[in-house]
Amino acid sequence: MDGQSAVPSYQFVLNGRSVTVDAPADMPLLWVLRDKLGVTGPKYGCGVGVCRACTSHLDDAEIQPCTVPVQDCAGRRVTTIEGLADGDRLHPVQQAWLDQDVAQCGFCQPGQIMTAVALLRRTPDPTDADIDRIENVCRCGTYFRIREAIKQAAAAGS
Amino acid sequence: MLDPLRPPGPCPAAVREGTSPISTPTTPRSVSRRRFLTYLVAAPALAVGAQLALDGEPAEALPGIPDVLDLGDALILAGLPTSHLLVLEVTSAGRVVLQLPRLEVGQGLTTAMAMLVADELGARLGDVDVPLAPARPELLFNQLTGASNSVRSLYDPVRAAAAAARARLVTAAARRWSLSAGSLRVQDSAVLAPDGRSASYASLAVEAAGVLVPAVPATPKPVSQQRLVGQATGRIDARDIVTGKAKYTGDLDIPGAVPTVVSRPPTINGTVRSYRADAALAMPGVLGVVRIPTGIAVLAETFDQAMKAKAGLDIDWGPGPLATLSDEDIRGRLRDAQPPFLVPPLLTQHVDAEFDFAFVSHAPMEVLTAVADVRADRAELWFGAQAPIVAQQAIAAELGLPLSAVTLHVVRGGGSFGRRLFFDAGLEAAQISKAAGRPVKLMWTRNDDVRHGRMRPASHHRIRATHALGQVLTYEHRVATVRTDFRHGLGEALTAAAFDLSVAGITLSQAFFLLTEKLPYELGLSTQLLAEVPLEMHTGSWRSVYSGLVRVADEIMVDELARTLGQDPAAFRRSRLSDAAGRAVLDRLVQAGDWGRAMPAGHAQGIAFHAEHRSSVAYLVELDATDRANPRVTKAVAVADVGRVINPRGLEAQLMGALMDGISVTLQAGVHIDKGAVREGSYADFRYARQRHSPPEFAVHLMPPSGSPGGAGELGVPAAAAAVANAWARATGTSPRSFPVNF
Repeated sequence: MDGQSAVPSYQFVLNGRSVTVDAPADMPLLWVLRDKLGVTGPKYGCGVGVCRACTSHLDDAEIQPCTVPVQDCAGRRVTTIEGLADGDRLHPVQQAWLDQDVAQCGFCQPGQIMTAVALLRRTPDPTDADIDRIENVCRCGTYFRIREAIKQAAAAGS
Repeated sequence: MLDPLRPPGPCPAAVREGTSPISTPTTPRSVSRRRFLTYLVAAPALAVGAQLALDGEPAEALPGIPDVLDLGDALILAGLPTSHLLVLEVTSAGRVVLQLPRLEVGQGLTTAMAMLVADELGARLGDVDVPLAPARPELLFNQLTGASNSVRSLYDPVRAAAAAARARLVTAAARRWSLSAGSLRVQDSAVLAPDGRSASYASLAVEAAGVLVPAVPATPKPVSQQRLVGQATGRIDARDIVTGKAKYTGDLDIPGAVPTVVSRPPTINGTVRSYRADAALAMPGVLGVVRIPTGIAVLAETFDQAMKAKAGLDIDWGPGPLATLSDEDIRGRLRDAQPPFLVPPLLTQHVDAEFDFAFVSHAPMEVLTAVADVRADRAELWFGAQAPIVAQQAIAAELGLPLSAVTLHVVRGGGSFGRRLFFDAGLEAAQISKAAGRPVKLMWTRNDDVRHGRMRPASHHRIRATHALGQVLTYEHRVATVRTDFRHGLGEALTAAAFDLSVAGITLSQAFFLLTEKLPYELGLSTQLLAEVPLEMHTGSWRSVYSGLVRVADEIMVDELARTLGQDPAAFRRSRLSDAAGRAVLDRLVQAGDWGRAMPAGHAQGIAFHAEHRSSVAYLVELDATDRANPRVTKAVAVADVGRVINPRGLEAQLMGALMDGISVTLQAGVHIDKGAVREGSYADFRYARQRHSPPEFAVHLMPPSGSPGGAGELGVPAAAAAVANAWARATGTSPRSFPVNF
């Protein structure tokens, strides 16, 4: 890699801890998390923001890290599935996922949960129509239990 | 003579044109007579093995496939001679460990097995670990995850091993306390004495390893005493999943394994004529470029850099072997391949129908991923494998290494639906690691998965039913599919189960077809024939395999027959189902689903039934097709009889997933072939169902236990798909012939 220009450095808050990482500006956050920081909760499923298996939060909003360059995260808060629980105490949405036994293969579920948390933040008492707008793919077809879990979490006032 | 597990079916077996049935009335070694020997495995703490034992003499090789046998039975037969089937350990740290010779891909198998162990052993569920065993060649045919056969094949041996371990733990406690073993009981991973003393399994594990002859019976308890089996239980790995701790192959931190992707041709099985990698090699983070038979691999420090460098490769691609073929051409070949009907038209009243089903991608959420560390004298691999022994053999042969020098760690899969029967990524990872001289973590992109991955073959169906005076006289179903690739050990397994396919003059695919495709209705003289068109493309079993095509077409045809004869579709089915369990399932569904209730214009109910894997299921769906471009299943009810349910919650999950598969492939999800290439490339255009396509109302009703566990993983797909198709027909007033209907 002769002649390569200096790689920029970015600082952000990841799951409550400040991290600094050297990465090209246009590297999607997903690969910074997975390949540089070893944070593997966000999953690759398509790389183009369609399947949403990587869904995480930037500040408090839902993002798909496969389409967000790391430079856009500088100085901000990034939360992945690993940062959702408070120590051993699960987030109410995670608890609802356990109570409804939502997961099958589990691969899309970190993204589903992060999407649900963001939805409930925006819309604390979502209707079926609100839930219908969730785009995350679950190839195992757990949608009905996802819907039930979101309703449970909403009822619990998460 | 007949298998006692199942009464003779109402329909004759598949009949070859103008000849006698292929099937033979001779049944090989009956599955019902299998039993299990248990034995101590030398270990510092308690380890018990269970081994299948044969009663009676091995059968002669059979010239054909008995129609009373199904594929699951055949696979169980294939596993009979396998020793060291299962080993259950109780460690002095108090863990109960079952090394599972199967793959977990979301079907809930590890949870079901942990429940069986905990119940039989008297252990806490949380004390049971069910890691996936690495490839174990000595298991021969007993490490294949497929055909909805895992619970069917493991229910007895797992309980046998746990019962033998329990007897030894109790005996060890009895010796320690100088009490009668018969006076002790077990609970919560401990042996309890009448005087209140207790000894944990952890504390007894070493002593129990010295118990050669248990003082209490070492046989599984009667089902009436089961406490956990049959109880709705959450997945044992659910907490790991919802916290992001669950590790899939791409999440493993294998030292030195660098991110790797492969540039693949624009057409299926296209070739590399020549390539230049200079520009790619100069890109940031790139660690190497190597050529493999399927394309050009790029190794880099991150997947992002590998993918960007892949785009920087300059490759001259040769066209693939199908480069002149598109969907219409393939459909034409399928039509041409179909054998004619036996019954000519015009002799009597008849109903004819033709159906087409598109190719369907497996598209598991986790793309194929494999880690390989190939050295000069050994190789170590990690990936989700449904057939790990076959994968290990193929990889050893590819690398020129002895089998014993290749270790294959089986890693949980992020979905499969049949895809991980094949080990395409594992083989490529081995080739790349060998060529590059370093460990690699190979990931297929989603484009790779859809465009070069395997798929359910397209099929064409012709069905003719003749009828007179309200009775169906004949029912003929001609199926033509692009050839399904079964080269993942199935042929060897069937041979081991004493089927000589060469004597029968049938192909492996036809054997699979005969073992799985059974019409559950009395529809006069019925015949089903499979014709295959071999094409050089990547096919494979897709959840429910032929039944997802054949039985869907059957169930649509049954609705049309009922309409022609002026009968209610549910009543028509019921009157022609000879199996009482099937009739009970249908009756329950009609009641629970409120079949026949009035629906608004553009809405309709649809119903369908399917029996396979010693189980039966029926679905009722309600469909809103007022917007034909965006139909919505608004409600679904399923009723299933699987003989004996291990985990009702897991079974309901399987039936829910099967419903979504049925909705997807019937209404909107498939892939096109355009001049030898797959048109679609991701979930944006391979339109697997989203939340807005799932019914907000869904219920499952399970029939009471009636015997041994049947299979359930694939069970729901045919009936779910057909119920949706039948609802579509009624809601739109059309006769759907091509699936998905919106494609």
